[in-house]
Amino acid sequence: MATLTIDRVSRWFGNVVAVNDVTMTIRPGITGLLGPNGAGKSTLIAMLSGFLPPSTGAVTLDETPIWGNSDIYRSIGLVPEREATFEYLTGWEFVLANAQLHGLADPGGATRRALAAVDMEAPAQRRVGEYSKGMRQRVKMASALVHDPSVLLLDEPFNGMDPRQRMQLMRLLRTMGDDGRTVLFSSHILEEVEQLAQHIEVIVAGRHAASGDYREIRRLMTDRPHQYRIRSSDDRGLAAALIADGSVAGVALDGTDGGLNIETTEFLRFAGLLPRVARDAEISLYEVSPADESLESVFSYLIRR
Amino acid sequence: MNTTVVRLTARSMLGGRRVLLLAALALLIVVLAVLLRVFADIDQGEAAALLRAVSLGTLLPLFGLIVGTGAIGPEIDDGSIVYLLAKPMSRATIIHSKLVVAVAAMFTFAVVPTVLAALIMVGGSGSLAVALGAGAFAAGAVYSAVFLLLATILRQAVMLGLVYALVWESLVGSVVPGARVLSVQQWALSVAESIAAPGLLSADVALGVAVVLLVGAFAAATWYAGWRLARFTLTGPE
Repeated sequence: MATLTIDRVSRWFGNVVAVNDVTMTIRPGITGLLGPNGAGKSTLIAMLSGFLPPSTGAVTLDETPIWGNSDIYRSIGLVPEREATFEYLTGWEFVLANAQLHGLADPGGATRRALAAVDMEAPAQRRVGEYSKGMRQRVKMASALVHDPSVLLLDEPFNGMDPRQRMQLMRLLRTMGDDGRTVLFSSHILEEVEQLAQHIEVIVAGRHAASGDYREIRRLMTDRPHQYRIRSSDDRGLAAALIADGSVAGVALDGTDGGLNIETTEFLRFAGLLPRVARDAEISLYEVSPADESLESVFSYLIRR
Repeated sequence: MNTTVVRLTARSMLGGRRVLLLAALALLIVVLAVLLRVFADIDQGEAAALLRAVSLGTLLPLFGLIVGTGAIGPEIDDGSIVYLLAKPMSRATIIHSKLVVAVAAMFTFAVVPTVLAALIMVGGSGSLAVALGAGAFAAGAVYSAVFLLLATILRQAVMLGLVYALVWESLVGSVVPGARVLSVQQWALSVAESIAAPGLLSADVALGVAVVLLVGAFAAATWYAGWRLARFTLTGPE
């Protein structure tokens, strides 16, 4: 059983703090590392894979420090985000070279098994440089699996994949998790993470924002106050009618541009309320737009909590 | 040394167009020697001066730059170095393996052509070919190690290496006499001078000093490259 531990870890580059006092434990099974771009996911994965020392705190695998310890790679398989591999090698040669670099007793057999696991036996004789994005991702997976590691780290593995490739990779990762491996993958897309990960760690602006089961995270994200911008034929009348309902937490008249800014705590009830209230008061709605639907705002809500 | 790293490095360094460039430059110096032998009547002294300028002065630093940085630079640039580093293997081993390939390439494409050119121009009688061969090998090995180190620690290794090869070795060395003590070319010349017939070549650095500096520079560059690679970091500030 392999457990990754990040204990009060910060990492800064000059004046920029990339990871800010993060503590988390990653256990066997699939964990999704969720956060917007630039949140510090790659920095965390770099520290977990021994390619960056933490500025403070400790990053360990089963209590062994990861930085500066090349023996740790017997237990870790890494799938980097960058696509570059050894383009001039065939898929078979690439995975075989990885097996040999690990000093495995039977590199040929290990290569065959790894390529079979990612369903890449047929194109293995073609050069990696000719592979599609999905095939590349799978051959990278094979190279990370070739030594049968207990930990698998994947940095944005779904980036640029089409839906079919995505499904295929998800199936593969599920198998890895079911085998009792500790699988950690990063993503900035909530849907990806909740489809795959039993456990989610959310990181925003370098800080650990939330941690837990995907249902919990989902609830946190949908039950937060939603903000809408509304323009209508009678903003003041609409404001008066809306504030009477319990689902509306706040109404503000926009003095400069006109229009209303509404905050609601119950998204579904408000969705039914607004058209009904407008019809009853004979007010025409010109514009209804969510003011904060971007992923960033969802994340920053989580951080403020 | 790790044979897989050696094999991968040799394939990436010599698999592409780089090998053609190296072979063309190597061929050029041999062809030059043949032409001079056939059309001009040159004596040993002139041949020594020519090879000193062309081979030791230009070809070797340039080749050292190509093979030294080429052994690791592209892999660091495109990130594929990660596949070598994320392995239970000492990072020094990776550097040693890459250095073996770089020095072997230097030997094939710079030392051998230099020896051949010397033989063509002055015949097999003199010791000039052996002297230049030894000097070229010493310089080649040090250049490989230094430029491999440079590519390991700097993204702009090629630019910097070019400045060093052209400005320091050629210009500063010829204008500021004191700088010659810190010139790989002078150390190599000193080795060649000690082997060649008296008066053929002259160096500004005594043999003992030169040998110590050559070995010291090679060992220090190799060790430091391994040390730095062991502290290789993947992400910086974006």
